[in-house]
Amino acid sequence: MTEPLVLLVEDDAGVRRVLRTTIEAQGCRVIEAATGADALRRMTAERPDLVLLDLGLPDRDGLELIREWRGWTAVPILVLSARGDEATKIRALDLGADDYVTKPFAGGELLARLRAALRRNERRGAPPVFESEGLRIDAAARLATIKGQPVKLSRREWDVLRLLVLDAGKVVGHRQILEKVWGPAQAEQSQYLWVYIGHLREKLEPDPARPRFILTEPGIGYRLVRGEDEQG
Amino acid sequence: MQDDDGRPAPEALLAEAAAERRGKLKVFLGAAPGVGKTYTMLEAGQARRREGVDVVIGVVETHGRRETLAMVSDLEVLPRREIDYRGRQLEEMDLDAVLARQPRLVLVDELAHTNAPGSRHPKRYQDVAELLDAGIDVYTTLNIQHLESLNDVIAQITRIRVRETLPDSVLETADQIELVDLTPEDLIKRLREGKVYLGDQASRALRHFFSPGNLTALRELALRQAAARVDDQVVQYMRAHAIAGPWPVGERLLVCVGPGPSAPRLVRAASRIAERLHARWFAIHVETLHEQHLDEAARDQIHATLRLAEQLGAETLSLQAADPADAIVAAAAERNVTRIVIGQSRRGRLQAILRGSPVDRLLRRVGPVEVHVLPDIEGGEVVASPRWRRPGPIDPGPFGWSGLMVAGITGLAHLVAGAIGPGTPTLALLYIGAVTASALSFGLLPSLFTAIAATLAFNFFFMPPLYRFTVADPANILTLIVFLGIAVLLSGLAARSRLLAERARRRESDAATLYAFAAKLAGVRLLDDLLWAVVHQLALMLKRGVVLLTPDEEGHLLVRSGYPPDDRLTEAERAAAQWSWDQGRPAGRGTDTLPGAERCFLPLRTISGPVAVVGLDGPAPSGDVRRLLDALCDQAAVAIERIRLADDLDEASVKAQSEHLRGLLFTSISHDLRTPLSSIMGAATTLRRDGEKLAPAARDDLLLSIEEEGERLNAFVGNLLDMTRLESGALEPRRQWVAMSEVVATALRRAGRLLKAQEVKVTVEPGLPPLRLDHALMEQVVINLLDNARKFAPAGSVIRIDIRRRGDRIETDVTDEGPGIPAAERAQVFDKFYRIRGGDQQVAGTGLGLAICKGFVEVHGGRVEILPGPGDRGTTVRIGLPIDPMAPAPPEVSDDD
Repeated sequence: MTEPLVLLVEDDAGVRRVLRTTIEAQGCRVIEAATGADALRRMTAERPDLVLLDLGLPDRDGLELIREWRGWTAVPILVLSARGDEATKIRALDLGADDYVTKPFAGGELLARLRAALRRNERRGAPPVFESEGLRIDAAARLATIKGQPVKLSRREWDVLRLLVLDAGKVVGHRQILEKVWGPAQAEQSQYLWVYIGHLREKLEPDPARPRFILTEPGIGYRLVRGEDEQG
Repeated sequence: MQDDDGRPAPEALLAEAAAERRGKLKVFLGAAPGVGKTYTMLEAGQARRREGVDVVIGVVETHGRRETLAMVSDLEVLPRREIDYRGRQLEEMDLDAVLARQPRLVLVDELAHTNAPGSRHPKRYQDVAELLDAGIDVYTTLNIQHLESLNDVIAQITRIRVRETLPDSVLETADQIELVDLTPEDLIKRLREGKVYLGDQASRALRHFFSPGNLTALRELALRQAAARVDDQVVQYMRAHAIAGPWPVGERLLVCVGPGPSAPRLVRAASRIAERLHARWFAIHVETLHEQHLDEAARDQIHATLRLAEQLGAETLSLQAADPADAIVAAAAERNVTRIVIGQSRRGRLQAILRGSPVDRLLRRVGPVEVHVLPDIEGGEVVASPRWRRPGPIDPGPFGWSGLMVAGITGLAHLVAGAIGPGTPTLALLYIGAVTASALSFGLLPSLFTAIAATLAFNFFFMPPLYRFTVADPANILTLIVFLGIAVLLSGLAARSRLLAERARRRESDAATLYAFAAKLAGVRLLDDLLWAVVHQLALMLKRGVVLLTPDEEGHLLVRSGYPPDDRLTEAERAAAQWSWDQGRPAGRGTDTLPGAERCFLPLRTISGPVAVVGLDGPAPSGDVRRLLDALCDQAAVAIERIRLADDLDEASVKAQSEHLRGLLFTSISHDLRTPLSSIMGAATTLRRDGEKLAPAARDDLLLSIEEEGERLNAFVGNLLDMTRLESGALEPRRQWVAMSEVVATALRRAGRLLKAQEVKVTVEPGLPPLRLDHALMEQVVINLLDNARKFAPAGSVIRIDIRRRGDRIETDVTDEGPGIPAAERAQVFDKFYRIRGGDQQVAGTGLGLAICKGFVEVHGGRVEILPGPGDRGTTVRIGLPIDPMAPAPPEVSDDD
């Protein structure tokens, strides 16, 4: 397998240098773009396997780039954004970004997201199975086991869990889940979600008060992660 | 002035300091016109210009002389101001143009010149004073005969009285005097050659002026003046530089000013004596009972004389007393006066014999003080005298009443005479009663009238032969004479005591007025109310229109209050008010400055400077009214300043608070940004330079510290941003249903790296409803609380988080086992940048954390409390958030839908 090609779109040279070093250490090749125009050109010319996009670019709004790319490519897009700007993150996800990393970020977190996105990209079409620390969830077969013991889940619980398993490692927004499970009319009814996520945690988490698998992204949604990934 | 300790005398230093700030005045002094003062001044100006000094000509009269014109040559000449005076165009120096031009040095010819009416100042030397005040150096010219104190002497020498005079004090303030000397012979030669300009009408009198004898005398005067001036400067210098020397110890001189026409002469003489002695001097006027009847002209003359004394450098006092001698002795003693100058009394000989002249009485009482008595040379031209003044219209009432009284007494005496027989002195006593009564109720003249009427009546009705004005018995003649004498004496005494009582009453009324004024002003708290009270009271007391002006932020004087309400000022009035404010002296009608204005303006000043200007309709008052007004103004000024200070204090405390906060912010930012930065930079450079040589553990340590300090920096910046968001007021929580336990869980996940030293125990009451919260904001609250707890709690201790329901709220307690917060400080910890231990200590707090918590929780309608931990150990921070009645029921774990 060839090394994955990452397009790094970031206007600050210092940050670019650190990111390039970090990503290359993971066995990826990196091409850089400092402006939106440059990014568009490189995207068409070099067809990277993943895009790491800083939304604050000197010439264009990063959100516009996402919209444009999503018109013709499904390449995983990771957005770099600041804490406290949940609204922008949600818009980026709505426009089709795959995930976000909050700046300033620890290298570990960034790489975990990066790997998860690349893995999803590789596994596209593979059966939706999630495995971590003795927990196994087969969303196609609707079978969940903890250390081999089956866990019984209701239909709604499966509906929610399936979305998380399909996009394992990636944040899934509240609205996405509500629309897909309860229908577009219920998109604002976050209390449903609260109830069912609670159920799932009770049934799947070793300590529901401090979840390891079903993580809450405050203000945005939920993320199903492998326990071992998060500790890295 | 104390010089014996060898330190510079403060007054002398002050004088030097004042001279440094002011412009320097150089006077080119000449003995007579034509000696070449203007030429010399221009020459000096040219020399300065060659040195690179910015020199302009304010005003120079070349009188068409070629040499002088040549000297002007390329010096910048400021255009003059044209003043239209009765159809004639007069040209004057444009003072404002010079001030606006701000040259380093300005040449101003003829210092003693009188300005055209309508100018700002009547005299050019006042213009020059303003230039000096503005820090501009001035070169000017002066002829010796214009000097005020030499006016009399020169008039005697030359028989020409010079009208344009200059106060000696002006010459005294000159920093330098250059004598432009020419021998009388040369001057006369120049005169013959037509090189001396003598005005439009070169009269014979003026030619007489240039006689060799006159010129020699004038030259001598000029030389002496210049020499004395040099002396003064030496003395001043030596004092300022603490050079010991036999300085004359404070001679002090006091001159007594009366209403006579010779008073100005007396004052000039006193000024010369004081000058010779280097003495501080005073001019005193004692208003006696007699002088209360003085007419306006005489009062004005006294006022003018006192002003002259002021111009000549005296301090003036105005007193009131029954006996001037007593008042003078008291004033002299109070001021340690060593010499008194007094004019010879012109009282009638009779009175001098009866009571002694004031000079005699003064001499008897004055003790060790030297008294100079000057003869009254111009005695013949009496213009004003209290005794021979033209009697005003006499009120006939008192005389009628007195006549009635005499008639009544006569009737009464008839009854008494019927009982005890005529001719007895008892009857005379009855008449004496009438005289006394008349004197006490009506004053001197009616009582004298009564005395005469009574004598006549007594003679006519009761002295044989009866009903005739003749007296038969010589003994009775004596009786009549004695009676008349007693009656006259009594009427004088009684009238005097009446006047004294009246005076006392007036004093009392002044005091009462002042007191009432003070009381009116004392209660006022608002500036506008105070200004109104001042104006209203002044208007009532003076029975004139009054306006009050204070400056706005840009320093323009504005009418702030008026009674009757009227805030229109003419241009002249505006200028007078401004000048009065700037110079701290009265201006406008009835004063030296801008007398053309309709109103007069007086500054309200306190020690710290002017606070307002008060404008009165009509001329500046003088005498009693002026003194009362000054006292009122002082009180008003103090009252205004009091309110200003109170306002300033409020403002200052607000400002101090924000300055304090800014200071804290500064400390906080420099500490919280620099500390982690220095760790990061230090670790990074070490790693880069010595990375190879370091043991792997040490390298890890450095790397870890980079990571940790980065976190710290990030947290601080995050806090600053949160605070900014809160303070901008733009923070709108994005609420969603979320359980408090979940908020705590995500917070713990994010803060996990921070919480290595302590264990966190979370207990959650089961079955709690979710809350509608902005999860991100509330997560930050919990992180900040955990961060605080971590900083204050010892390593290995437990941080507890308890979530439970209390009524309609969900309470979340974060409890640490740290040292706790003293009760007194608990309220303060929510203040921005407050640190429990403050300063640059080990426990680094951003000082923002709790303030942000409070802000975020309050945005959610909740509240934060600081409580002592259980068993008074540690601290509990409790967040209480309201439960929404629409909250969904907590999930029940079920296997089906």
